Amino acid sequence: MCRLSAITSAEYFSPMENVMALNTMKEGHDGSGLGLVLRDLGGDFKDLKQYPILSGIASSEGLAELDTFMSGLGFREVHFWQPDIDDKAPEPELGRRDHYFAKAYEYPVDMQKRPQAEKEELLLDARLALRELGEEDESIFVFSFYPDTVTLKEVGDPLELGRFFRLDDGKLKARIILAQGRQNTNYDIYLYACHPFFLQGYCTMTNGENTAFVPIMEFLTSRGFPGYMGYNSDSEVFAHILHYTQRQLGYPLTYYKDVITPLAEKEIDGRKDAEALRLIRRSLRPLCIDGPNCVIGFAPDGTVFMVQDAKKLRPGIVGGVPGKYALMSEECGLDEAVPRRDKTEDFSPMKYDMAIIKPGASEMVRWSQLTP
Amino acid sequence: MDPATILDNNHELSLREFPYIVRWRDDRCTRCGRCTTVCPVNAIEPAPHVHRRIYSEGGTPNPKAEREIVHVVKQVTDVDRYCTGCGTCTLVCPNEAIEPEYNPRHKLLTYKNKGGVPFRRGGRRNDPSTSTVDQLKFTRISMLTDPALDAGRHEFRIRTLLGRNLPAEALPLKKRGDRLVVGKTHERGQAEDGHTAHGFIPPVREIYPIRIGSMSIGALSPHMWEGLAMGVAYLNEVEGMPVVMCTGEGGMPPRLLKSRFAKYFILQIASGYFGWDEIVHAIPEMTEDPAGIEIKYGQGAKPGDGGLLMAYKVLKLIAQIRGVPEFVDLASPPTHQTKYSIEEAVAKMIQSMSMAWGFRVPVYPKISGTKTAMAVLNNLARNPYAGALCIDGEDGGTGAAYNVSMDKMGHPIASNIRDCYLDLVAQGKQNELPLIAAGGMGKTGNLAANAAAMIMLGASAVDTGKHIMQAAAWCFGDEYNRCNLCNTGRCPRGITTQDPKLYRRLDPDKVAERVVEVFKSADVELRKIFAPLGRSTELPIGMSDALGVADQSIAERLRISYVC
Repeated sequence: MCRLSAITSAEYFSPMENVMALNTMKEGHDGSGLGLVLRDLGGDFKDLKQYPILSGIASSEGLAELDTFMSGLGFREVHFWQPDIDDKAPEPELGRRDHYFAKAYEYPVDMQKRPQAEKEELLLDARLALRELGEEDESIFVFSFYPDTVTLKEVGDPLELGRFFRLDDGKLKARIILAQGRQNTNYDIYLYACHPFFLQGYCTMTNGENTAFVPIMEFLTSRGFPGYMGYNSDSEVFAHILHYTQRQLGYPLTYYKDVITPLAEKEIDGRKDAEALRLIRRSLRPLCIDGPNCVIGFAPDGTVFMVQDAKKLRPGIVGGVPGKYALMSEECGLDEAVPRRDKTEDFSPMKYDMAIIKPGASEMVRWSQLTP
Repeated sequence: MDPATILDNNHELSLREFPYIVRWRDDRCTRCGRCTTVCPVNAIEPAPHVHRRIYSEGGTPNPKAEREIVHVVKQVTDVDRYCTGCGTCTLVCPNEAIEPEYNPRHKLLTYKNKGGVPFRRGGRRNDPSTSTVDQLKFTRISMLTDPALDAGRHEFRIRTLLGRNLPAEALPLKKRGDRLVVGKTHERGQAEDGHTAHGFIPPVREIYPIRIGSMSIGALSPHMWEGLAMGVAYLNEVEGMPVVMCTGEGGMPPRLLKSRFAKYFILQIASGYFGWDEIVHAIPEMTEDPAGIEIKYGQGAKPGDGGLLMAYKVLKLIAQIRGVPEFVDLASPPTHQTKYSIEEAVAKMIQSMSMAWGFRVPVYPKISGTKTAMAVLNNLARNPYAGALCIDGEDGGTGAAYNVSMDKMGHPIASNIRDCYLDLVAQGKQNELPLIAAGGMGKTGNLAANAAAMIMLGASAVDTGKHIMQAAAWCFGDEYNRCNLCNTGRCPRGITTQDPKLYRRLDPDKVAERVVEVFKSADVELRKIFAPLGRSTELPIGMSDALGVADQSIAERLRISYVC
């Protein structure tokens, strides 16, 4: 089962902290991959917050093609980050790629004063077009294109990859970092199948088995939103459900829990918003995940959360100190990430719970679905 | 001299022409006469038989002939009194001396079709082959990261929705702080994408995904119908299973209509409008809304063919409920004669039925399985008042259908539902308009497996008709053409007869008990199917990755995996 490590902090920190946490949880993931999404960036990107950042992997030809495409759209590159690769570290399993990159761009001139929603649409369209461009020959993989966000994915052991990318060199830092140590199970090793998944500021990673994958995928793809595509992993849908309920439907975050793990009719009666909840449950019936899954994610405002359904036999765990909280799939990961904490305050969200940590990581809120 | 007709039997049919040959054992029979008394079609009768016996007495052979009269149970060769294989004789025989045996090479229809009128028989289809639905297997067992669920211990919610679901984009919700609230009616405008008009929230019922399909009071005996109704009430009120039952054409006893139990019934309005006078008059006195209104356009067993309740079944009770004179044939025309198209029907009937109950009751049509089902579906999908679509596949029904309709007409339900579901998926409306699958559910006894397979192909619920009828009455029919007296009014079990002598054989309490047992065991079986698949909270509607079939062409057609 995949190992998940999310850390949210008031200060910038290195993704190596997540990698170290994944390493303590190694028993359980097969080291077949690492996925990282960094949000609220520090380091080299600290002063580039207004620019969208394109993260991906490309061959030399792919990168040239990508540059031509981007300049064709009117994007002007303002920063080009590449990891300072450690040649002594073992190479990724599928061999070293030509370019790992995160490029910050200035918006095309005619877009600069447009509303944020329109800009986000452009970013999504550009990312999807690039994905299509490089999909067949695998010359271009783009994982995210969004302000203040960097995504890095590669196949191999997380710790070795951390060394390979020199993630501890201080150039890449963030206040929110989600990392997944991958357990490659049934599918071919494919970069796009690696968590976390990101879409327009919404991001999730998951472990478990999404038994409702096909109906959810069919429901989402039939919404007519171009970003609902891919689905190389059965948990990609969780990020899209979050996006759909929050961005498209405008629901508050806690309703994500109500959508993916709906209450029974009788339980709904106890809620003040019962009438609305009942309608939501009916209308979004196909989005019930039916598990067993643990989902960790963040929303565009930087709120990090963890939820799981009733079937998750071993839930994830959340704990920390004011200023730094970690959401982990295993307790040993939490011990590694925030060793000095009050362990009695650790929280494993169960059937009805959601652990929510607002930006700034000052406290962890335990929200229950049964709260009237 | 005697005429030739007495001397030989050349003008008669031989027993080999008949679908059943009664095997009678002389050595076991005590001539008690029970079998000939109960035979509902008089296919057997006691008959004297003259033996010529040769015997010898004394020390040396000295053969003598003697004529001796013995009594036998004889099967008649009259084509109008053919043995239907119901097996009632076998059931009453104390010595197992008699049993009908199926004759697969019979030529009954050759002789039964007379005077330009094809043999009208009703009953079950003659096709005993394994249906597509029965071939489907559940191949996705949850073993990947967390183990499969425990069907016996885990909490399951096996419920479905009947009625139209608004798309989430059209819900009249407003954010108030961290909570969502439903906007007041006067605040509800039209959603930006035009999904809803006037803030109307259609009625939706949470029901059990296996429903009792439409079988009318009149077609069924009073004991049978009462038993089913009692079973349904018990399931709802004691077992907590929201099973609903459709009345079929012909209305409902007015007392029941005005009772609190009305909410467990779906009222069917069919082309004959039988019983609707009573229903309309009862509306002001109804204390509960019915679960739904089903408008019948077609029936899977006889697509494009009307129904018929024969005159001899229209007894006083039935006549009263239906609002007709006693002992007249009650023919439902194949179409609603006042409507010329389903479009018009959708516009008028759904609207007026919804209005009659203040838009609080889901209204939906039921059609025969057909290649044009998708066109009907798309019409409904655009109508915000349409509550569902029920499609009745070719395997359904026991009504008074011609053989040719039963055997050769109609559309199998599996691909019909699948096509319709995928059509809704393409439009993003798969959760808005529930599809209900009927026709052959549980035909071979696999009710839960059939229901689960249809749900995974895209149905929201399934109807079971003849299975529940047979199971609840312990009917001794099977798919090998046994009995099939349903339409004759001579049902030996008392299920589909209005003859008190026959229906008194059926105890309504026992029927109710069996209905409950069937649903409870189907519920356990559904859990046994859903648990290994890892589904427990919502029905696996459209979870087609869970299905597999050992037939390449079926797999391709239904877009499920091919396994062998």
